[in-house]
Amino acid sequence: MYVAVKGGERAIDNAHAWLAEERRGDRTVAEMSVAQIREQLSLAVNRVMAEGSLYDPDLAALAIKQARGDMIEAVFLIRAYRTTLPRFGASEPIDTGAMTCDRRISATFKDAPGGQILGPTFDYTHRLIDFALAAEGDAPDAPQTTPQTGKTPHITGFLAREDLIQTEPAGTETPRDLTREPLDFPADRPLKLQALTRGDEGFVLSMAYSTQRGYGRNHPFVGELRVGQLPVEMEIPELGFAIELGEITVTECETVNQFTGSKTEPPQFTRGYGLVFGHTERKAISMALVDRAMRWQELGEDNVGAPAQDEEFVLSHSDNVQATGFLEHIKLPHYVDFQSELELIRRLRAEAMATRAQEAAE
Amino acid sequence: MSEIDANTDRKARLSTLAQAPGARLAALWQAFGRTPEHETLRPPEIGTVMVRGRAGAVGAPFNLGEMSVTRCSIRLSDGAVGHGYVQGRDKQAARTAALIDALAEAGEAEALEAAILRPLRDEAAAKRTARAARAAATKVEFFTMVRGEG
Repeated sequence: MYVAVKGGERAIDNAHAWLAEERRGDRTVAEMSVAQIREQLSLAVNRVMAEGSLYDPDLAALAIKQARGDMIEAVFLIRAYRTTLPRFGASEPIDTGAMTCDRRISATFKDAPGGQILGPTFDYTHRLIDFALAAEGDAPDAPQTTPQTGKTPHITGFLAREDLIQTEPAGTETPRDLTREPLDFPADRPLKLQALTRGDEGFVLSMAYSTQRGYGRNHPFVGELRVGQLPVEMEIPELGFAIELGEITVTECETVNQFTGSKTEPPQFTRGYGLVFGHTERKAISMALVDRAMRWQELGEDNVGAPAQDEEFVLSHSDNVQATGFLEHIKLPHYVDFQSELELIRRLRAEAMATRAQEAAE
Repeated sequence: MSEIDANTDRKARLSTLAQAPGARLAALWQAFGRTPEHETLRPPEIGTVMVRGRAGAVGAPFNLGEMSVTRCSIRLSDGAVGHGYVQGRDKQAARTAALIDALAEAGEAEALEAAILRPLRDEAAAKRTARAARAAATKVEFFTMVRGEG
């Protein structure tokens, strides 16, 4: 039950003013610009774009500043802003095969055509705090060599050519969109992929990890992980042809998983897929594992009751804005709800005490 | 010029303008030194485009998330119509792109190509090459250290 009361206005205004002051922090320390956040905290920016479901690095950087670095709050701000904008249309599906790769590795083929390109990675670092970063100084220039030309082929393409991996069904041209219609079950794969790519990184990671630990194991190999830039094309109605509207950075992970076979189908590897805005490889790998786990029915596997196999569980709990909204609302005033509970428990106690007193007297 | 060639040129032009850094586009446009009279058909409008991917890179399309896009349409006094679509939320860049598009349609394509579009394309290519050169330097060159016997 909700009852409107007044009286908090001044306190709220003052709280928000103090929030702004605290956000700024010690004024003897230089203020951070949005461009600094965009350039120097780029992985945070990427995460906010992916979970906010809006590719706009400047806006994500501003949201991080406004949210004092609280990532879910920043995602919330992006989502709220997004709802105020008209949608001009939908792009052609992006061609990740045409990606200019910053990074491209395969855990399955050492000599993959196109090679193992490490890119700007934390892998193989010693995870020791670098105190040199605490001192100001220029970053070293990265070495350069002759760029590779031509497209970098997908690893799964080679397996597909020999029919060693399942084919991906074509699907419908216009996928369902969970930002435009309420989520209902069963959800098709495009809807699941949309939910996973905007899902909370921590949640998707934990779900993926649970499959690795045995709750719905699916034996994944990272067939390929690639990070890079590609153009986004959309047909412009007033022109009658498609133009490139911009360039985005995405991370793609294709897993090659345990094979299946049946009386009619010879054994084949199966696959999971992750595709996420920005350089977000932990999320992309996690997404591929959870995508694969949720495909059990399509592949005729057993439901072992693992959380990651349960699409209703995964999709209903992956969205951190929904989750935080429902969770945090319980800290807001519930005076009337609680008052009724309080009266109830007083009455029950009084009754119980009276009964006990009567029993003692008898 | 056939319609297909004209579309190809226009597509290339609009694609270049869409991805141009806002400040750079503004500087090149200012240096070009034209402020043509025009009426605004569609004032600069910020919106989004839903970016789609494909399951498994080759399968069913799915909604990956939106990107911000700003668009604007204008008509020059001689009747040529220009459309500008730019990535991000720069309204001025969308109007500038529309003006460049309209002027190119009105016969100034070569001058605009030399003064604005080619520099933008060259700079974008240089930036891409610089990244690719850094990526290439991180390519692993495997060699066999010891091969076990038996």
